[in-house]
Amino acid sequence: MLNRTIAPPIKDAVHFDLKLRPYDTFTLDNGVTVYAINAGMEDVLQLEMVFYAGNCYEPAGLVAAATNSLMRNGTTAKTAFEINECFEYYGAHCNRSCYNETAVLTLHTLSKHLPHLLPVLQEMITDANYPETELDIYKQNSSQRLLVNLRKCDFVGNRLIDAYLYGELHPYGRYSRTEHIEALTTAQLRAYHKQYYANGHCIIFVSGKLPADIGEQLNRSFGHLPLQPPRINQQQDTPVPAATKKYRISNDPDGVQGAIRMGRPFPNRHHPDFGKAMVLNNIFGGFFGSRLMSNIREDKGYTYGIYSYLQNHIQNTAWIISAEAGKDVCEAAVEEIWKEMRLLQEELVDEEELLLVQNYMMGTILGDLDGPFQIMSRWKNIILSGVDERYFYNSINTIKTITAEEIQEMAQRYLNPADFYDLVVI
Amino acid sequence: MIQFDRFVLSNGLKVIVHEDKSTPMAVVNVMYDVGSRDEDPDKTGFAHLFEHLMFGGSINIPQYDDPLQVAGGENNAYTTSDLTNYYCQLPAENIETAFWLESDRMLSLAFSEKSLEVQRKVVCEEFKEHYINKPYGDVWHKVRELAYTTHPYRWMTIGKELKHVEDATLDDVKAFFFKHYTPSNATLVVAGNTSLVQVKTLAEKWFGDIPAGVRYVRNLPAEPRQTAARKLEAHADVPLDALYKNWHIYPRTDKRYYTADLITEVLSGGGSSRLFQQLVKEKQLFSNIECYHSGSTDAGLLTIEGKLVKGVRMETAEAAIMEELQLLQRDGISNRELEKVKNKVESMLAFEDMSVMNRASSLANYELLGDAGLINKELDYYQAVTADEILAESRIIFDDNNCSTLYYYSKS
Repeated sequence: MLNRTIAPPIKDAVHFDLKLRPYDTFTLDNGVTVYAINAGMEDVLQLEMVFYAGNCYEPAGLVAAATNSLMRNGTTAKTAFEINECFEYYGAHCNRSCYNETAVLTLHTLSKHLPHLLPVLQEMITDANYPETELDIYKQNSSQRLLVNLRKCDFVGNRLIDAYLYGELHPYGRYSRTEHIEALTTAQLRAYHKQYYANGHCIIFVSGKLPADIGEQLNRSFGHLPLQPPRINQQQDTPVPAATKKYRISNDPDGVQGAIRMGRPFPNRHHPDFGKAMVLNNIFGGFFGSRLMSNIREDKGYTYGIYSYLQNHIQNTAWIISAEAGKDVCEAAVEEIWKEMRLLQEELVDEEELLLVQNYMMGTILGDLDGPFQIMSRWKNIILSGVDERYFYNSINTIKTITAEEIQEMAQRYLNPADFYDLVVI
Repeated sequence: MIQFDRFVLSNGLKVIVHEDKSTPMAVVNVMYDVGSRDEDPDKTGFAHLFEHLMFGGSINIPQYDDPLQVAGGENNAYTTSDLTNYYCQLPAENIETAFWLESDRMLSLAFSEKSLEVQRKVVCEEFKEHYINKPYGDVWHKVRELAYTTHPYRWMTIGKELKHVEDATLDDVKAFFFKHYTPSNATLVVAGNTSLVQVKTLAEKWFGDIPAGVRYVRNLPAEPRQTAARKLEAHADVPLDALYKNWHIYPRTDKRYYTADLITEVLSGGGSSRLFQQLVKEKQLFSNIECYHSGSTDAGLLTIEGKLVKGVRMETAEAAIMEELQLLQRDGISNRELEKVKNKVESMLAFEDMSVMNRASSLANYELLGDAGLINKELDYYQAVTADEILAESRIIFDDNNCSTLYYYSKS
């Protein structure tokens, strides 16, 4: 008779030997580096062209984001419609995204169609021309979208916590305003495009089931462009954190929930504490079995979800706690968050909980490394953060060997309630 | 081509095995043939609330998540109008942990009063977060009630109102469990680094002795054919006017479903699609516009929704949509346009099939629709759609008498 109360034996994931599959790398004629992962069973491919064109370089608010977004909206030879048609006819997607340091052009396509699409990407990089009407439509629709978003407490909370942590002049703390949208001009965007894309600093990541001639294809389209490898010395912006720590903002008089956002500065992934802090973060609020989730959702029912995380920034970063909770229980939830911080500072994590988190983290990484895009995403993060594979293996080693004492030490160093900004937007 | 094997246990549990030795992981996916369409109209939101309770401990195991996480696994679940799906992924070495956990909660839950009490609150917060505390959050409540008079798609999966969730009792929970969570009402898919032999052994060991229970026979009231246009005006504290037009389409297993699906791609599948190019870019009447369909098992809705540019009148915006639809109804689409939407589907299916988790849930879904083998036939069904069918269907679907329109006005 089967005894269902006894768990089947398991292999502790903490003993797994995790390997990050190495990339292939080659250089185009102009010196641009390509990182490639050739893997997978489906005939699909992801090409990411990372430009150092993020908002930390922009001369005025939203110039970087608008330049990135409107790159697809016209070249001297093609209208926005014609460019879209080129991609969409082949069932491909060309996405743009703008971050703080970098801005990315991403192509998802069946590998067989790549030769039809690379010339279009090339044209966008060399020849995007930012027509007036396209910018007018962009301004109108972005302003409208912003109006809708500003009604959402979570959107407002995310903006404000960053502004408190970094200051509104810092690229990480800056947020979009209607005035920024209205002030955009095509001349600004053309100049930004010329400097940061057409003659920009670029790295290429390509993953999936790659055609045998991927190197030649990329070189033919991009190898002769005046692009350069990334600059080594990044400018550092100094955060100007707000003096006041506690904020209670009323955004919607009819709101039934509040957005809780708490945060404190944290160095970055080069700091020796980073790996240990990641383990502590998991215990604290990093996954469904975390202390915050178990207490505030699964015991009290104050929220649908609560998480803590370290922001993935390159310069300096922050440790954030985020939840939407019922209007009447927001303050109680905040109290519980403080309580969980103090508990981690005062008491050692027991062995069982530590092993659970170690196994969970290892199992998740194993699952995350499944598939070419996922492997490349790890590498991209490593490369763009200016670290190398030792970073990956050191983090794994930290997960495997960290002790309860070290976790407590991390909590005592980083989870002091007094260091946290504390914001509720209703 | 996705390979799989299929067998049935004596208690009626359907099992599908999909081997992929290239991954170190295994996926265990249990799909129950129950969704919010199976709810009592006075106790809506229950299938979804119940999904939360499935994590509150089972008869022999006090807690679901911890042992899975100890085994290096992670999991989640979702409920739709049609089904409830539970899935977990873990290192293949520890696959038996998933069999142990999933079989115990199929055998019986712990039915804990505390879990019910907490999850009622959690689901109420989920309700507020997504449907009350967001601009336009109540749109789908209104659209569904307008478009369906009879079929249980009238209400949303989250529930008609908070009160239904707040009033749920432990007796309701028990009755629901024994009615719907039986082996014959479930499909188990095991995918990834495993084998048919291993799955047969483990399935027999852990699921084999679960009593078959009584098979639930679905008998839902059919939605009568809509014969006159329906219109509803709403006024809310939102920044922009919005328009939602909805037409009834076909059940998921009807061949015409594929034609309807391609029509949505023609109208709004990207920056070169008809509605976006004409109404956002050229006429600048909408700041965004989308066309999609609900993808439901029983006959669903095809929707065009858009937010109006400030200052544009609702009548003007609606007339412009109708003009585009009339153009489609008059001239149909070119071969190149047809080729384009088919290319898009081909690409989309290939990207979806990249992850073992997606392949597992697709197999379960198709099995629920009648045949897991559909996973390998879908592309052919799309390829078979002709331009003439798109023309003919656009004339049938985009009939005013088949349409429910929500005019959502900004109060400011």
